[in-house]
Amino acid sequence: MALLEIQDLHASVDGHEILKGLNLTVDAGEVHSIMGPNGSGKSTLAQVLARREAYQVTGGRVLYDGKDLLEMSPEVAACEGVFMAFQYPVEIPGIGNAYFLRSAMNAIRKYHGQEELDAMDFLPLYKERLKLLEMDESLMNRSVNEGFSGGEKKRNEILQLAMLEPKLAILDETDSGLDIDALRIVAQGVNSMRSKDRAFLVITHYQRLLDYIATDFVHVLVDGKIARSGGPELALELEEKGYGWAEADAQVQPA
Amino acid sequence: MKRTRKTKVRNGKLRQETKSGTQDRLAGYSEAYSQLRTQRHGREPLWMQQLREDGWARFTARGFPTTHDEDWRFTNLAPLARIPFRRAEKVEAGFLAKELEAHRLMGAACQLVFVNGHFAPELSDVASLPRGLEWCALKRAVDCGLEACAPGGIEQHLGRYADVRRDVFAALNTALWEDGAYLRIRRGVAIEHPVHLLYITAGSGDEIMTHPRTLVVAEEQSQVAIVEDYVSIGVEAGFSNAVTELVAADGAVVSHFLVERENLASFNVSTLRIEQGRASNVASHSILTGGGLVRNNVHPVLAGEGAECLINGLFVGDGHQHIDNYMLVEHARPQGASRQFYNGILAGHARGVFHGRIVVHKDAQKTDAKQTNRNLLLSDAARIDTKPQLEIHADDVKCTHGATIGQIEEEQVFYLRSRGFPEVEARNLLLYAFAAECLDRMKEPAARAFAERLIEQRLDELALAKDSAAGDAMLEEETQNREEVG
Repeated sequence: MALLEIQDLHASVDGHEILKGLNLTVDAGEVHSIMGPNGSGKSTLAQVLARREAYQVTGGRVLYDGKDLLEMSPEVAACEGVFMAFQYPVEIPGIGNAYFLRSAMNAIRKYHGQEELDAMDFLPLYKERLKLLEMDESLMNRSVNEGFSGGEKKRNEILQLAMLEPKLAILDETDSGLDIDALRIVAQGVNSMRSKDRAFLVITHYQRLLDYIATDFVHVLVDGKIARSGGPELALELEEKGYGWAEADAQVQPA
Repeated sequence: MKRTRKTKVRNGKLRQETKSGTQDRLAGYSEAYSQLRTQRHGREPLWMQQLREDGWARFTARGFPTTHDEDWRFTNLAPLARIPFRRAEKVEAGFLAKELEAHRLMGAACQLVFVNGHFAPELSDVASLPRGLEWCALKRAVDCGLEACAPGGIEQHLGRYADVRRDVFAALNTALWEDGAYLRIRRGVAIEHPVHLLYITAGSGDEIMTHPRTLVVAEEQSQVAIVEDYVSIGVEAGFSNAVTELVAADGAVVSHFLVERENLASFNVSTLRIEQGRASNVASHSILTGGGLVRNNVHPVLAGEGAECLINGLFVGDGHQHIDNYMLVEHARPQGASRQFYNGILAGHARGVFHGRIVVHKDAQKTDAKQTNRNLLLSDAARIDTKPQLEIHADDVKCTHGATIGQIEEEQVFYLRSRGFPEVEARNLLLYAFAAECLDRMKEPAARAFAERLIEQRLDELALAKDSAAGDAMLEEETQNREEVG
């Protein structure tokens, strides 16, 4: 059974249909990259999977681990192992990073009927993962994302990923706005988290990130549908020919 | 013509009715004043008698302010004037000492307890007083004058700072106060643990008014934290009209905490008047979670060069609570710095007011004054009026103010939920984080822990109340932000 099975997904924002019949199957252990021009529906797909309420699903279904993902609230999806790294991580003044992460881990553990982690269990793991993301320990007691640079915010997203250990990790344009060093660190974090039980959905506008994260499949999203799928070579082809090529291609292909 | 006359007559009648009504309403205060005058006559020194007379004259001349008074624009005192409060003759502690235990402050240096306006020595704890901290019940201190049994210096300070001309409630307090605390911290002494002043109203079926009076004199280079705490035992409406005069001499470091947690039928008017000497550092922390109608006046005067003042507050209202915060920060000398941070959380039909007045006098060059008021409205019916008021008479100063009004940000709620937090928990956490900004400014650990516990309790109550109401309505609220910087 596939970890994620999206069938004929239609979704709208403010009455505008953005996803227009998207199909995608992702197995555990795989890395799928979703590429596409602006407005093609990449982020909408991520938001729908993370269960943001402003995005209305108007048709189709999404099976995650055999369950109906579209029936889940954001917190239930999170507890079931869906994680989205935000394109624009939110600042939360007044809540410390370490406290936030430990509480999140405990919310998930509670959901699964597991015992809560105390600070002693939590801290060594946290410090180890901070090191992996080349983040300073002083961040621990700072408020979540508050006053972080763009790169720090993205690294903090990957740090959360590394701590929460989801089954399905969605990276929503995590590479946008990153310099090459930050990009390398982010990719290093992602690569270290690859496992046969975990799948990644890497949403990106540029091929650049895929130089650092080895992807198994590339899908090109055009106008709310997957116009083309292939291996990593497709990303290179796109880079060379531009999205115009995929768009023109999509128009001649029957839906 | 005829019609006009009719109206006139009717208006005249109406006015008469109102007037006699007002007189009836103030009858309780007149009675208290004459009782007190009889009882205190011959015991109190002349200067105190004179202060009382002046205060009473001021109160009777002006009566309670109306909403036409600019300083009371957002607060209607009619419900206060309507209740015939009476004074309590003595302690009349109609409660068990056990009930008091819940209100103790862990780790306090000492605790002075007042019940219905009277000092209750048997409930107080002054067993292990640190050196350099002197105390006396104010009544006794005034009666003794300079005769050894009380710390000296009282005449020089009591009634010298509270503004009875401008503030009717300060005038009323001066006329009617029966007891309170007098604290003196000796020169150069640092008192490690906070002093807890617990003012209890226990009506036992009666509507009691009290006019607690506190005087704190922190001498040069001394350091102390004082927690002034208003509590009710029982459900009766009470009226606490408190005045505190706090003197921070040159180089003194003082933290003052005001805790208002009386029952929701209560009226509380608290006036904190701070007089700051050279290079003194005063923090005023207000934690307002209780009371039906609350007016919190904080009035520091930075009377010495280079004085610093932090005015930090959190008010949490629900139901029909009305919480009015009136700040008046006066910079009188150069190089002074003041910081005001007030956060408000309002749910249900609660209403809040933040009036932040900063006056920079002509001599107060290089003043640095900042004011921030942030408010969260958790329901459509909750309301906040926020009003900055800067009066700057010096030319080389830095003054900024800003106010925001908004709801809990849905982006933050979603972020937390996407990490596994259930929605209710996510909202509570954000509420708590908003409140915690004020906690972070409290330096004194025992007082901070005390404040933290009170705030947690109040927010938990708020969450419970919210859960029983329709929680879904929250989702449809739109976030609005008003940002103003000048």
